[in-house]
Amino acid sequence: MKILVLMKMVPDIVEELEVAGDGRSLDQEFLRFIVNERDEYALEQALLLKDRLQATITVVAPEAPEVDDVLFTARAKGADRLIKVTGLPAGAGARATAAALAATLPIIDGVLPADLVLSGCQSIDDLDGFVAPLLATALDLPYLGLVSRVAVDGGKAEVSKEYAGGVMGRFEVTLPALLGIQGCEKPPRYVPIAKVRAAIAAGGIEAVAAAGGPGMPSIEITAMAKPEAAGHAEMLQGSAREVAEKVADILAARGLL
Amino acid sequence: MAQATVLETPDLTLDGLLATPEGRALLSCIQCGTCAGTCPYGEVLRNTPRRLIGMLREGFIEEVLASDDLLSCVTCYDCWAKCPRGLRLTDVLLPLVKEQVLLRLPQVPAELQGALSNTMRYGNPMGESPRKRAAWVETAGVPVPILRDLGRPVDVLWIVECYTAYYPRGQENARATARLLHALGVDFAILGNEEKCAGECARLVGEKGLFDTLREQNMATFAKYEFGSLLTSDPHAFDAFRFVYPALGLGNPVDHTTPFVASRLDALRPRLTRELGYKITYHDSCVLGRHNHMHDEPRRLLEALPGVSLIEMTHNRDNTICCGGGGGGMWLDTFYKAKGHPRLSDRRVEEALETGADVLAVSCPYEVPRFEDSLKVLGGDDRMVVRDVMELAAEALAE
Repeated sequence: MKILVLMKMVPDIVEELEVAGDGRSLDQEFLRFIVNERDEYALEQALLLKDRLQATITVVAPEAPEVDDVLFTARAKGADRLIKVTGLPAGAGARATAAALAATLPIIDGVLPADLVLSGCQSIDDLDGFVAPLLATALDLPYLGLVSRVAVDGGKAEVSKEYAGGVMGRFEVTLPALLGIQGCEKPPRYVPIAKVRAAIAAGGIEAVAAAGGPGMPSIEITAMAKPEAAGHAEMLQGSAREVAEKVADILAARGLL
Repeated sequence: MAQATVLETPDLTLDGLLATPEGRALLSCIQCGTCAGTCPYGEVLRNTPRRLIGMLREGFIEEVLASDDLLSCVTCYDCWAKCPRGLRLTDVLLPLVKEQVLLRLPQVPAELQGALSNTMRYGNPMGESPRKRAAWVETAGVPVPILRDLGRPVDVLWIVECYTAYYPRGQENARATARLLHALGVDFAILGNEEKCAGECARLVGEKGLFDTLREQNMATFAKYEFGSLLTSDPHAFDAFRFVYPALGLGNPVDHTTPFVASRLDALRPRLTRELGYKITYHDSCVLGRHNHMHDEPRRLLEALPGVSLIEMTHNRDNTICCGGGGGGMWLDTFYKAKGHPRLSDRRVEEALETGADVLAVSCPYEVPRFEDSLKVLGGDDRMVVRDVMELAAEALAE
């Protein structure tokens, strides 16, 4: 079984994001990148399947700062092949990104067809989660998103999705398919840094140039600004008893007590 | 009395252990069980240190490594201190075993995983921005020079360390230390945002790769500057710099803030004029106290503060009770709770409350949050406060 995992880097919001001088982009000076959290779950789901089945895992990620560390960490966890795609449009929007990936993945030797393509279902720069379904459409694969559990049996996968109110839905999909992963049955595993260091020493990331082509209409950012605070929280001061009384007064004044 | 010494072979593996003097010493274990009896989690560990040595000697290595109960070792140095054969259990044998345990764990406990990942990525276990490491300096009240900005060598490079630099209560220790260094006229600087965790707790929990990475990064930073000695607020970092980093070539003298200030007490004494009026009981930290036997220094400093009386707890000096935060224990409270382990800091605070003291003095930044939590849990927070020795000394300083 061949599993393809798509991962990407997003801005790390542990650092306060600053708008650059052009007023249309993020200030790059202190910007750091971190792997998209949902993509980590996609990799974990692939590793869980590999733990249970005969499988090989290929990880493909667009080139970005610190992406090598993410790929080597994936190798240390059990990924078999690491591919970095150079020249993909950054910040071009879901349609352009999906189109570029759809043009590029088929030209990378041995990547497609894959029995299962796993991707995070969304990211902080794709909150609508459009890239994965658009890519599935372009690759002519069935798509299921917001997936929280995957079991594979022969040529089919049983997929669970969570709905509002804790309702679970169970689907069966014929492989190959592309799944947008929201979570999986356990958190992403920890891999000791010694294993990551060994993976770094061994190397083996393949760099592949993105396919050229007509491209798709991309998003142009015309302005970027921090939200302005409309109001501030009132900080209650005083001893624990005084603060508790003030809280009780506020709740009572709003008819909540 | 066991004496801490420099770790000569920091790149030891468990496989290679028996080829080393430390490893061969295992053969001299007389299976007396003192380690098991003195271990604070001895009654809940399946493989106590005694049993573990016995199993390793008899070849039951996989059985030892398949168990997660060594995560309950909080590296309190009690087994090391009391071993009649002087075996280096806490700082050599157990970390080597834990390294293999960590490699095999199906799931590293979430809080520990978060702390280790954060330390790797951000240089601190809380996952705070590295760019904010020196943010506390703005509230120090005295100038705290950053070595890079200073552009000249300094006598003392102060490694503030993670909990002192980031944790809001820890920052009170940082501000107090800065005031004391000024009062003493010490030529000092900090690394500011270039500083990273020393990595000792990562090493002792078995995350050797993370420790190696941090050690290499810190040594590269040290190499950029000229300084006379290292000073640190964290006993764990003190141990790392004193006993493990020398194998990579760190040759500067290393001190911890408490003994550093205590050794300059004569110069400080005329400034210590503010009457405190506290009854203080001092908690010996496992690392500064039991491992380094620095028991007199904090007491000498506390006794020099005006209006202070010292009351000893039943377990003091080398017999101190561990706070449970060492060797990764700081990030394993949920794991221990799930296992039904008692919280060691509660045990320590119960004893502190029995003294009738109103201040529990400490010298390790881990102990402030651990003991403050325990005081709240035990309902003692209206009778006792936790203060670092540096905070108390700075409070006694005349303005």
